[in-house]
Amino acid sequence: MTTYMRRSLPRLMAAAAFIVAASAAHADIKIGAVLSVTGPASFLGDPEKKTLEMYVADINAKGGVNGQKINLIIYDDAGNPNQARTFGTRLIEQDGVDALLAGSTTATSMAIIPLAEEAKIPFINFAGAVQAVFPAKPYIFKTPHTDLMACEKIFEDLKKRGLTKIAMISGKDAFGASMQQQCMTVNAKYGIDVLHQETYGPGDTDMTPQLTNIKGTAGIQAVVNPGFGQGPAIVTRNYKQLDIKVPLYQSHGVGSKQFIDLAGAAADGVRLPAAALLVADKLPASDPQKKVVVDYKTTYEKNTGQPVSTFGGHAYDGLMILVDAMKRAKSADKAKVRDAIEATKNFMGTGGVVNMSATDHLGLDLTAFRMLEIKNGDWTLAN
Amino acid sequence: MPEFLQFAFSGLTVGAIYALVALGFTLIYNASGVINFAQGEFVMLGGMVTVFAHAAGLPLPLAALTALVSAVVIGLVLYRFAIEPARGASAVSLIIITIGASILLRGATSIVFDKNFHTLPPYAGSAPWIVGGAALLPQSLIVLGGAAAIVVALWYFLTRTLTGKAVLATAANRLAARLVGINTNAVVGLSFAVSAAIGALGGILMTPITFTSYDSGTLLALKGFAAAMLGGMGNPIGAVVGGLVVGLLEAFSAGYISSSYKDAVAFLVILGVLFLMPHGLFGRGGVERV
Repeated sequence: MTTYMRRSLPRLMAAAAFIVAASAAHADIKIGAVLSVTGPASFLGDPEKKTLEMYVADINAKGGVNGQKINLIIYDDAGNPNQARTFGTRLIEQDGVDALLAGSTTATSMAIIPLAEEAKIPFINFAGAVQAVFPAKPYIFKTPHTDLMACEKIFEDLKKRGLTKIAMISGKDAFGASMQQQCMTVNAKYGIDVLHQETYGPGDTDMTPQLTNIKGTAGIQAVVNPGFGQGPAIVTRNYKQLDIKVPLYQSHGVGSKQFIDLAGAAADGVRLPAAALLVADKLPASDPQKKVVVDYKTTYEKNTGQPVSTFGGHAYDGLMILVDAMKRAKSADKAKVRDAIEATKNFMGTGGVVNMSATDHLGLDLTAFRMLEIKNGDWTLAN
Repeated sequence: MPEFLQFAFSGLTVGAIYALVALGFTLIYNASGVINFAQGEFVMLGGMVTVFAHAAGLPLPLAALTALVSAVVIGLVLYRFAIEPARGASAVSLIIITIGASILLRGATSIVFDKNFHTLPPYAGSAPWIVGGAALLPQSLIVLGGAAAIVVALWYFLTRTLTGKAVLATAANRLAARLVGINTNAVVGLSFAVSAAIGALGGILMTPITFTSYDSGTLLALKGFAAAMLGGMGNPIGAVVGGLVVGLLEAFSAGYISSSYKDAVAFLVILGVLFLMPHGLFGRGGVERV
């Protein structure tokens, strides 16, 4: 063993020297990304990857950050947390990245968080769930809205309309279950009584039995449906078939055109909280967020030929917050960049206005969500 | 009472779809002893091909026909190039081949088409009828009626036509069937084609209600398999009854007990039945001769 070490030590040192020399030779800023570009979460990872590539190329063409070019390294974890951890380790140990923009899902983000924390590398993730940034860990930040905020936005709107007795029907998938739990932690704060709860499985094709029970519960004034995928569209259709008169609220999980296509005419009148990106064209010119969302939407749609989604917007926000912090820190030094990210104030992103603090590494408040109402097969701003 | 009716409508509609999948399992099982786990993919193909053919500009009936024909062709290809070459293999190997085929079909569909959910316009309007205080969709009646028509056509084919009788003979005893001059290979191929057609028809009928996507076949195959087991593997009447019972169990347990446990309740009942009647409701015990 010792002979082996003695013999291999010079080789190791030579290799180390080579790596140091190589990284000093081209002093690029290295940003590592682990995204779910393929697999079941590809609807998240794919627009994120395209957004990052598009805007990094743009930043480099304009001279880079602090005179340094950005070298973006992207790995695809296919939605698998084990893969995410492997690639996260590779980015930190082999590629020696200065910052991480990674984690398309909560599961993959949670796999990388301990690595970034241990290596003290600034890490902005795109996880939906609250636990990705609460309680705040020094090097971990995130850009997407949380399900807790979606609940609060819905409850705020219900309270405004004087509807306080509701029923919930939620998906049993991770998204629906988590949001249902979060809603139950804040309903009392808004004076909302949840009189009845139902669930449905991820592959279920008919929710009329559950909705029949909701219809039969006396005193219901509104129904909230946390979930994503085809489930909420079926709920919306069944809701219409059973002719339930009270308002139906969906979550931000259905914030894509596909939902309207699937639910058809039944979607009319459905309300949901969503990012301003969905209604970029319909924002009043006086809206401070109008410019950033319209710019992003136009650029994304021109470059990819696909309709914009809020998910790519999260990657845009992450990249811009990071670049902004590097500029303010005047270096890519990990500790300085971390401090600068935490000091982000009044940053206007596609997700809303970001004001970070030592205890809040998300920095969004409820104004980040707009309450939308579907009218004639299109999103409109509800007043 | 309106609740009861509503649960029954819901259960029967979903159950009719399970019944069609279970029928597909039964036909192939009878003719070849293979449990074809790609059966759910035929349902998915029926829906997906119709959606994309319709989106490409074909009128709906023609799009549905395209889907039906493509499913039958894929069923025959599956038989000719995957099942027939492995004729001598054990039933377990053949089942594994069908699982592989199902993964292949799902992957190919996600690449050829896409990974999104799709739907079709309802064939007879989307305004529900109110029957006894419960809402009934015209499309549900189409699914139920279509399933009934398929069952009757299949019954006629199996008992009143020579080819159908050849299928039954092959199911009863393959060697004896071959001895009286039946081309049993052709019969097994035919059973794959008919199963694919039944699956695709199911997919075409149900898509306006349930939506479809490249991976919607997996869960249907599971539920259809449970229905076939409940009814008694190999018995067409059992398959239909099994499908309807599973659908009704799900709807009633979601309505009366708890939506969180509806799958658990349905499967508990199935397990209970199989515990008391190991061959299912209509199955006959095989007699081992030494």
